Amino acid sequence: MSTSDPELLARLYRTLYGIRRFEETCIQLYRQGHIRGYLHPYLGEEAIATGVCAALGTEDYIVSTHRGHGHCLARGGRFDRMLAEITGKATGYCGGLGGSMHIADPDTGNLGANGIVGAGIPIGVGAALGATIRGEDRVCIVFSSDGAANHGTFGEALNLAAIWNLPLLLVVENNQFAVSTPIDKSSRVVDLFHRGEGYGVDSLAVDGNDVLAVYDCATDARRRLLAGEGPILIEAKTYRHAGHHVNDPGTYMPQDQVELYKGRDPLTLCRRHMADDRRADLIQNEVDADIEAAIDFAHDSPEPDVDAFLQEYDR
Amino acid sequence: MTDANESESRTLLFRDGLNEALRQEMARDESVFCIGVGIAERGGSYKVTDGLLAEFGPKRCIDTPIAEPSIVGAAVGAAITGMRPVVEILFVDFTLLTMDQIVNQAAKYRLMSGGARSVPMVLRTQGGVGDGVAAQHSQSLEGLFYHIPGLKLVMPSTPRDARALLVSAIRDDEPVVFLEHKLLYMTEGLVPKEEEVIPLGVADIKRAGRDCTLIAWSNMIPRSLAAAAELAATHGIDVEVLDPRTLVPLDRQAIVESVCRTEHVVIVQEAVRRGGVAADIASIIQADAFDYLDAPVEIVAGRNTPIPYNRALEQACIPQTDDIIAAVRRAVYS
Repeated sequence: MSTSDPELLARLYRTLYGIRRFEETCIQLYRQGHIRGYLHPYLGEEAIATGVCAALGTEDYIVSTHRGHGHCLARGGRFDRMLAEITGKATGYCGGLGGSMHIADPDTGNLGANGIVGAGIPIGVGAALGATIRGEDRVCIVFSSDGAANHGTFGEALNLAAIWNLPLLLVVENNQFAVSTPIDKSSRVVDLFHRGEGYGVDSLAVDGNDVLAVYDCATDARRRLLAGEGPILIEAKTYRHAGHHVNDPGTYMPQDQVELYKGRDPLTLCRRHMADDRRADLIQNEVDADIEAAIDFAHDSPEPDVDAFLQEYDR
Repeated sequence: MTDANESESRTLLFRDGLNEALRQEMARDESVFCIGVGIAERGGSYKVTDGLLAEFGPKRCIDTPIAEPSIVGAAVGAAITGMRPVVEILFVDFTLLTMDQIVNQAAKYRLMSGGARSVPMVLRTQGGVGDGVAAQHSQSLEGLFYHIPGLKLVMPSTPRDARALLVSAIRDDEPVVFLEHKLLYMTEGLVPKEEEVIPLGVADIKRAGRDCTLIAWSNMIPRSLAAAAELAATHGIDVEVLDPRTLVPLDRQAIVESVCRTEHVVIVQEAVRRGGVAADIASIIQADAFDYLDAPVEIVAGRNTPIPYNRALEQACIPQTDDIIAAVRRAVYS
């Protein structure tokens, strides 16, 4: 493990805390009526996106999910443009046309979040396939979930990646609930990494709350993908801190489980690795200031123009 | 009316016209690749992709397992990262398995990404009633795609149009559904020797006429031309046959201009009548050319039923030449 590198730990903590504060801010803005529609916070799962994306090169692709703010931020997304998007402003990543579930930033290799569970997996296969056809050294990371694991596309796409030996890392964020259905009610095999084995895909599980464990695992996976060893599946076990979306109180989540995982909070674990509370606090102050500025940016940004929109899209 | 000069053209099968377009575009642009079930080693069920594997290799002519949703999904992913995939789905009936990727992903990606990326993908597939291939292999589903904002929709009727429109579809930056009719693959027509590009959204008058505009596409074009010949010979009615060629974008101007000249219109579609493209074209005509119409718009369409296996029942479900003749006579003599 790369525990000894304080700079890496500081970088990871900055991302972890950034996602945490960003999601808390979104919930607050939602309650105040500034955010419409659906909002699926990544609270409790921050270590997965943070650890995986820290292991990537700038040329790599990621494919995200409906619970995608963390992926976008970890991949280098800016607070201000994300908040502008989620509040429907013209300065958002998608000009206010996408919203929370559809944030894409192709310039950072973020091919987009997706409102359809499981749909992103074959899209990631296509991105990896294209890179292979062009002979480029880049990998594609697909974030998916325990819910997606029961979709047809999960098996289909994993099989395509396997037979074509693609540089694809499928990250299964097993937060143990598909909306409200617990994993043991949706799968007889609750250790989902076993699903990859049947397709001939090298598969392993990692503690999804420990950002360093995720980082190390993803770093090794990326090295092997670039070496042409074929696709890899990583099941990252984690837990949501709350319900499926902002208006779901998550009453079906056993309280002892919630407490157990909150005791293993990714931020707490990372601070323990850092063993430098002063630096961690400093990072938090800097992130807090950035997010305050992002709120002002989103607030002050213009709405998209209706006529221009219809001119472009009503065909 | 397009005219292919015989000295500079040759007779080609519809399927060979498509093959030529694929070959030409794959040679011209390295980002173009073909992907689908049985398209490489076997050359496709209708031989449209025959020879592409040998010429362009297995990286650009890719056989897949039978996993349509993920084949289309992979094409979407490749398209948003710089490639121009041409996907073949064996039957339009099977595209129903892939509707999430077509409708929720490909058609919406440009909007959802705020215009940052588009999806330059062609989805080639094949539909329509054949020779007794029954309910799950005979459908005309253009209405489903026509309904979805963000998709273009091409339905060629001749080898020449098929070749030149496929070139345009491949070069287009938006997702294009390219619907071929299974009974057209073995039909012949003159195709110029030179490369040709026909822009999407330009209708073609397949037969000029004064008395009635007959709007049809795909395999209803040969049937409409047969009806027009019969109407001229035995009833003295001079029918104009207009082929929109692409349903999205639709050449509204050409349709309205023709209707304004002939003052009578019959729309023919093989697809079931309910909620169909013909009904939408009729609504466009009544909105844009109402004062020119001398009679109600006639629609000749498939019956609102799945396609049955028995020959007589099957044929009773789709427009026949006699149905078209009767509709034109109703329109003109009303």
